[in-house]
Order: sequence, then structure tokens, then C-alpha cells
Amino acid sequence: MKARVTVTLKNGVLDPQGKAIEGALKSLGVEGIAGVRQGKVFDIELETGDKNAAEASLKAACEKLLANTVIENYRVELI
Amino acid sequence: MKSAVIVFPGSNREGDVVRALKQAGSDVQKVWHADHELPKGTDLVVLPGGFSYGDYLRCGAIAGRAAVMDAVRAHAARGGLVLGICNGFQILCESGLLPGILMRNANLKFICHRQFLKVERNDTAFTKAYAQGQAIDVCVAHGEGNYTADAETLKRLEGEGLVAFRYCDAQGHVTADANRNGSMNSIAGIYSTKLNVLGMMPHPENLIEDLVGGTDGRGLFESLVSSFPHAA
Repeated sequence: MKARVTVTLKNGVLDPQGKAIEGALKSLGVEGIAGVRQGKVFDIELETGDKNAAEASLKAACEKLLANTVIENYRVELI
Repeated sequence: MKSAVIVFPGSNREGDVVRALKQAGSDVQKVWHADHELPKGTDLVVLPGGFSYGDYLRCGAIAGRAAVMDAVRAHAARGGLVLGICNGFQILCESGLLPGILMRNANLKFICHRQFLKVERNDTAFTKAYAQGQAIDVCVAHGEGNYTADAETLKRLEGEGLVAFRYCDAQGHVTADANRNGSMNSIAGIYSTKLNVLGMMPHPENLIEDLVGGTDGRGLFESLVSSFPHAA
């Protein structure tokens, strides 16, 4: 079983990297970009085939390490 | 006094801090991150600056969960002193020993320069050799030093007097210009609730010799050693 974990900054947390990317896109002439927020994606291979066990492992992974919940949200998708 | 300096893969300021501690009169031992125990009789644990684990995931995130950190947490819980400098501050935040997080500098630049810090209080084990409100001249060198916390945490830090140092000018004025990394409330360092854990971005260990232009950093290490008169 595979999963994808997406970690993004919470609303309201300043994201200077996203702002810099937004500025670079504008300077490249890419039109129609209203804003950019940078995040992280983790593709994870799971040992288990059990959906509940997988979700429990992934939640623990996010809470313990992958996301810093002071500033970040996470989203788990089983694929 | 006995100090233990923890070395992680990618630490690079341990030599400077060992030197500063020895100069102040402390016994110092280096401890490898994979160890599960601190040397017997450790009074002070120091997490030095550097780029532990190459800053992978988030600065200090992997080191904050290293084997030795359980021993450091236990030491802090017993009231033992812990000092985290630069990457060490990031590790303390990631390990849960201090609240908040150090984010990318607001101007996105790695900053490396001399910096004045305002000593917010001089009644702690870390700052008794300084005067309250004194502007001390130290160094900063970091890309992620932008202290950020939620409004409630910030209110608690301010309300309980847990801000240790703020970025200031040479006269001790806390100005926006002096806050080059964009930290909330110009925070350069904070204490734990019991004042036994200090995390700070600047490097006092780099200004301990006239030869390199200043000695204001000495006070911090001398304060710590003088907190243990039996061993001084």
C-alpha cells in the first residue's frame, strides 16, 4: 500500500519562500498567478495492506516528525 | 561545573563552545548524539550550532528526535540547565523543550554579522554576569532564525518574562532595523518556564577574545559556571 502525505503551512503563517517563488514567476512573465504557498510532499510505501493500520502509522509519522504542527497542516491520502 | 556538549552529524560550532566553557572554568565532555545517557554529574547540556542532519526536513527536526534527546529532556525535567545556540535553539524548539519555531529569515538571506542583544533579565543562571537591559555585542550567523509562535504562546512568553534576549542597536534600543531576521517581538532567545532551558540564535561563544574583537560573550559562560560555586 502506498500513501502520499502533503504538508503545508497553516493560513496566516508567513511564507517568504512562497513569496520569492511568486515574485520569480511574475518576473518570468507567467501570468495569472495570484499567490504561491510552498509545501512538502512525502511518498510513503507501507508494509501493511490494512487501511486502518496504515492510517494510524501515517498519523503517527505526521504528528511525530513530518509536520511541525505549530506552523504546518498535513493531509494523508492512501493510493 | 560539568558541561556536556552534544555533537550531532553536521554540528560545527562545538569546538567554539567547548573553548568558551573551558575558558570560564567548566569541565567539558563531548557527547555523541547516538548515546542514551549523559555523563554522570552533568550540570549543563549544550546543543551547539551547525547544520545537524544537513537541515533536512526542517532545521533541527531530526536532531530533536535523536536518542540522546530523551536524556536531555530528562535532565531538563529534573531542573538541569540546557543551552541551545543557533541550530541548538532550533533543536530545542523541535524537541518540544521550548515553544515556537525558527522559520526562514524574513528577507530570505543568510545573515552573518555582529549583533547587539538586549539582556531582558539578569536574574537567571545564564545572565547574572550582565546588567539588566545591557546591550551585549555578539555574532549572528543563520538562515532560519525568524522566531515564530502563535499569539497565545507569544503572550505567555512576554507575560511570564521568558524572553531572554532581543535584537537591539548599540544603545540597547529594540528597533525594527536591528531585527534583521524578522523575529516576532525581536526575540533572539527564550527561556523555558522554569528558566533552566535557554535557546538563542546568536553566538556568544564567538566573542570571548579581544583578539577577535570582543569579549561580551564571556558573561554568559561565566554566569553559568558561577551558578555552581562548589566546582568553580
